Amino acid sequence: MWFALLCFVTGLYGGLVMAPADYQQGESFRIIYIHVPSAWMSLFVYMVIAVNSAILLIWRVKISEIIARSSAALGASFTFLALATGSIWGKPMWGTWWVWDARLTSELILLFLYLGYIALQSAFEDRRVAARAGAILALVGVVNIPIIKYSVEWWSTLHQPATISKIGAPSIHIEMLIPLLIMTIAFMCYFFSVLLVRCRSEILEYENNTAWVKDVLATGENVA
Amino acid sequence: MANGSNTFITIVRRDLLIAFRNRYELVNPLMFFIMVIVLFPLAIGSDKAMLQPLTAAMIWVTALLASTLSLETIFRSDFEDGSIEQFTLANYPLVALVMAKILAHWLITGLPLIIVALLVGVFLSLSNAALICLLLTLVLGTPILSLIGAIGVALTIGLRGGMLLSLLILPLYMPVLIFAMLAMNNASDGLSIAAELYFLGGILVLALTLAPIATAAALRIRLS
Repeated sequence: MWFALLCFVTGLYGGLVMAPADYQQGESFRIIYIHVPSAWMSLFVYMVIAVNSAILLIWRVKISEIIARSSAALGASFTFLALATGSIWGKPMWGTWWVWDARLTSELILLFLYLGYIALQSAFEDRRVAARAGAILALVGVVNIPIIKYSVEWWSTLHQPATISKIGAPSIHIEMLIPLLIMTIAFMCYFFSVLLVRCRSEILEYENNTAWVKDVLATGENVA
Repeated sequence: MANGSNTFITIVRRDLLIAFRNRYELVNPLMFFIMVIVLFPLAIGSDKAMLQPLTAAMIWVTALLASTLSLETIFRSDFEDGSIEQFTLANYPLVALVMAKILAHWLITGLPLIIVALLVGVFLSLSNAALICLLLTLVLGTPILSLIGAIGVALTIGLRGGMLLSLLILPLYMPVLIFAMLAMNNASDGLSIAAELYFLGGILVLALTLAPIATAAALRIRLS
């Protein structure tokens, strides 16, 4: 039943991901539809990891451990995507690949936090220890993220008063906003569907000595 | 077991004693610090006009690296000979023991570093105001480095490779560096540095209250 539910959700979300991908409009700003959702997701995924880390440390729920571990690589890819699209976007708009703007810098630091988390997880042999050690790191990171963010912002505003005004904050047109929101939903769905797939394989690997896993593998039922 | 404050002082004294019996370990981070500082003029050139604006940044970044390299000694020998396990079993809060270890470590590595950094500052012809600012930011900043670093050490102790530790904690160090540099720049411009110092103080208080708890939790996980 657990597997049926997983597949149902995966399929449904997978379908949703396909739909808005065709969206065609505008000039070089169209990259916003990748850039902004991935930037949002990079923060959202970190919060997923942090919340699951707290659950793991407090209640020792095994599934949280799996969710946190599976999310990390996804979060890192979203962060990287946000940075990469941002710099591709920045080249025609600002004339440079990179500026030491506050938001860019704090996003970069977020990427480092993700990579540190992944590196820590992979350094342990024992999964349970790895998960709990990672959980502590994630929570320390959560306390630090606001501090890092604001310190970077002040650092940047004090040092670069002439920073290129980002997007100029023209209240975004509704016709552009709707696809953006749809893209965000698509990213969300993508994240959760991939997360579930990853969780499933994690669980199978984790429980690889139990009878039901052997059963599933033998029949090939519901295995992606 | 002796009463609380006695235990605390005993641990601090024991660590200081061990450190003074291994003098080279005391001197190594300082040698590293001085050598890296020497590398900068070699790379940039001896032109004073070029060097002077960079002096504060050189000192702070190098201090950051030196303290990162010396961090591992906080728990390493205790972890290897099993003292840490005794600590966790002792009838005394682990958080306080961790606090004592961190304090001792700061006295061994942080304090000498501050003195050497001031000397280096004099040789690199910092102004008096900048020297005082350097002193204040280091006094407030290096304990934060030890506190945050202790979390990283507790998480990575016993794993191979010191690279992982730096990966984990350097992103967390960034706010300290930023505020210290803001203060240094204000000082060299003759402006007030109170705001930055308050921020450093605030981060110090936050680290002082939360970091030992996180460190103790991390140690328990590593030993479980």
